[in-house]
Amino acid sequence: MVRVVRAEAYELVVNGVVRRVDGALETESLLRVLRDRLGLPGAKNACEQGECGSCSVLVDGVLVCSCLELAAAAAGCEVTTIEGFAPEGASAGAEPSDALLTDVQQAMVDAGGVQCGFCTPGFVVAIHDLLDRVPRPTGPEVREALAGNLCRCTGYGRILAAVEQVVSVRTAGPAT
Amino acid sequence: MTDVRARPRQRGREAPAGRVGDSVRRPDGPTKVQGRFAFSSDLEADGMLWGRTLRSPHPHARIRAIDLGPALAIGGVACVVTADDVGGAATYGLIAADQPVFASDVVRFVGEPVAAVAADHPDTAQRAIDAIVVHYEPIPPLVDPQRAADAPSIHPDGNVIRRVRIRHGDPGVTGDVVVDGTYDVGMQDQAFMGPESGLAVPDGSGGVDLWVATQWIHHDRDQVAACLGLPADKVRVHLGGVGGAFGAREDVSIHVHACLLALRSGQPVKMSYLRDESFLGHVHRHPAQMRYRHHATYDGRLVKVEAEITLDGGAYASSSSAVVANAARFACGPYRVPNALVDAVAVRTNNPPCGAMRGFGAVQVCFAHESQMDKLAQRLGIPPVELRLLNAMATGDVLPTGQRITGTAPVAECLRAAVAHPLPAEPGDELLERPGGAGRTADLRRVRRGVGVAVGFKNLMYSEGFDDDSEARVRLDDGVAFVSCAVAEVGQGFVTIAGQVVRSVLGVATVVLEPADTASVGSAGSSSASRQTWMSGGAVLRASRLVADQVRSALARRLGVPPESLLLTDEGRITSADADAHTPPEVDVTVAQAAGREVFEATAVHKHRLTEPLDAETGQGQADVSYAFAAHRAVVDVDIDLGLVRVVQVATGQDVGKVLNPAQVTGQIEGGIAQGVGLAVMEEIVLTDGLVRNPSFTDYLIPTFADAPEVLATCIEQPEPGAPFGAKGVGEPPTISSTAAVVAAIRSATGVDVSRVPVHPWDLI
Repeated sequence: MVRVVRAEAYELVVNGVVRRVDGALETESLLRVLRDRLGLPGAKNACEQGECGSCSVLVDGVLVCSCLELAAAAAGCEVTTIEGFAPEGASAGAEPSDALLTDVQQAMVDAGGVQCGFCTPGFVVAIHDLLDRVPRPTGPEVREALAGNLCRCTGYGRILAAVEQVVSVRTAGPAT
Repeated sequence: MTDVRARPRQRGREAPAGRVGDSVRRPDGPTKVQGRFAFSSDLEADGMLWGRTLRSPHPHARIRAIDLGPALAIGGVACVVTADDVGGAATYGLIAADQPVFASDVVRFVGEPVAAVAADHPDTAQRAIDAIVVHYEPIPPLVDPQRAADAPSIHPDGNVIRRVRIRHGDPGVTGDVVVDGTYDVGMQDQAFMGPESGLAVPDGSGGVDLWVATQWIHHDRDQVAACLGLPADKVRVHLGGVGGAFGAREDVSIHVHACLLALRSGQPVKMSYLRDESFLGHVHRHPAQMRYRHHATYDGRLVKVEAEITLDGGAYASSSSAVVANAARFACGPYRVPNALVDAVAVRTNNPPCGAMRGFGAVQVCFAHESQMDKLAQRLGIPPVELRLLNAMATGDVLPTGQRITGTAPVAECLRAAVAHPLPAEPGDELLERPGGAGRTADLRRVRRGVGVAVGFKNLMYSEGFDDDSEARVRLDDGVAFVSCAVAEVGQGFVTIAGQVVRSVLGVATVVLEPADTASVGSAGSSSASRQTWMSGGAVLRASRLVADQVRSALARRLGVPPESLLLTDEGRITSADADAHTPPEVDVTVAQAAGREVFEATAVHKHRLTEPLDAETGQGQADVSYAFAAHRAVVDVDIDLGLVRVVQVATGQDVGKVLNPAQVTGQIEGGIAQGVGLAVMEEIVLTDGLVRNPSFTDYLIPTFADAPEVLATCIEQPEPGAPFGAKGVGEPPTISSTAAVVAAIRSATGVDVSRVPVHPWDLI
């Protein structure tokens, strides 16, 4: 039997905004709270067992499966969801549009890395995380780093092409 | 009606510029990469309740009593429904209505729905489900499909769902050489990412709106209305965002349950399965047991194929009767087979129901017939590719059903293209690229490489006399084209193709695809059988051409010239016919420009040519509309100590008719091959006495990024007569022979005579 215990109200910092969570059960995952209480359904619920990566978010900058995190335990942490990804300079809260895609998001669209799209938000978060940590990964490094994100539509070929496109543009940039 | 908040996010997907033949980007791509696309599990409404399903823990049992009292006593529970609350038909089904909405007297598989609850929180609903007391009296389950035909019936419709016999040519003839084999295919799951989910909203006057992830909203509507006992127009099914399908969303899942709960409670009800429930909540690919005998001449020509095929349909029929007919029709492979005896049967057991999955019966038999071709090649000392080329069917050849192939059949071209691709580099120092991958277990000296080929084919569209059609409506309004078509976009990219077609005919920049629902447009048929580009692409093309023709007539009237003095071009333009002296020479505008502010609209239905049923005794008949072919060459590395397989590369030649969108075709090919690789080396639902032992992505493995092979693809473009733009469906062929090619490569690497998929490590050591 599932126990019903209401958590005390707590606050999460989601995409830079303090969000109060009141009346949630102690057992609610970060994924559930984001999706069902905070109106942020971008993180997806493909398995809710930590196997598929569709619910990937950053908690204090660390890539996690939000389905495996208790929301109450993330109180006070900085949570970044797919809704918080926008190119630098884009104003927060602006109506999203094509012009506001990050380089990873744009590459996923351009390279054909999106089919049904259910895994896509998780992939975007995970690819950003990978390329922030490892700016020029080898093919095998990309494949292993993203092996925690399942996709059933694409066979991963076009997602790999998207990652390669981002790496190629970023490394050709003036900063490097 | 209650406002469904996520709904506006689905509207107004504008297609970017690009015509047929371009690698146009998906119009829903930007919202999908931003996490803003509304999937069916993202929907919510004011006052929404959460639904949950109670499922049988037994593969076979009599229900003696159900006590709902403890569930109803829980605070926050709005209602509980069982079979007693089903106001209309008690059963539903894709082809035969043999599956109860809720079991009432007997449960026939582990996971069969018994009751459903609506409550204010998903956890409350789960507590209520846990509190329902069902008194079961277990009955010995029938789980061996080979026993099913002779066992006592487990369902009023009997244990044999359908037998298909094909008798072609001379049954007594024999070949110079004979090879025998028995082959097994395990139960594969579609494993789409987006779980079964939807939102049912009562309309306040006895009807209901259902947003749901599905493959065919109109067929859902008919089944739901029948079970609710409502006229069809009181049930409006809207396509919710679909997180993949692959056949698993042909049957209804949450549909009737959610609507019953919504109508009972008077409140919107959302249902969204967790992954373990998803494994129980949809049909799977049929496990198959196959016994084959191939006869050939000494010089390698096929003389006769004998095949006995048993498909385990599980507890309910779903689409088994069509799947088994496919298995029979494609049992001999894409070869000239002058004599054939095929006996295929789909039986009922107390295993989970099986039905549609990408490849639909052709996958299982392809593994068998291609294994046989390799066996024959070895016996005759003929290279496997040569043996296949020697027997490859072509246009004009006759199938074992007696149907002559009138369309394109580039079997030899596919095979030659597949094997013409460069082979990958030899296994090297990169540990991550060896069998075992990140486990870093493989010793390079104990890694063996193998190469295998396979060829497969299947029908496009529904077969056996099914009178199929699709409807589309196109409206040209002030330079913008609006398209209504009830296609279920499941990821395949029809939304992109529709825009390309419209732009090609009307010369517009902006195409808006209206949301798909049953109230605003007729049926588009199912997003299955590789049929939507042909059928609904055809409907959109027809409707667009009707609009273009109206615009041309209007322009001709304005100019005071006969309509035939103006030409409609393939670029969506209207130009002067050169020879007509009355036409002002300056006419060269897009259709959209010519329309100006005037609104033009047309609705069109596309049908394919009629097919015939198969003769019940001989299996003869013109059953199919068209066929698509593909060949695969797989390269594997096997760690012969650990039995671990890494699929290094799959190269393919695929018969596509015509490429309408190169990027999307590539995506279908790569994704389909990954599913074929999965069936070859890892994917299987493991059953013990009907119980699914691995209903999770922890234990049911699908290929990850690290498992997916490099894919090299060549499209064979031979336009198909009768197909819009000459394009064939491309979704299924990548999944058909890729499995067999991988297994051939494993045999070549190891010398082990593998006869069952998926191949497990313990099969190889």
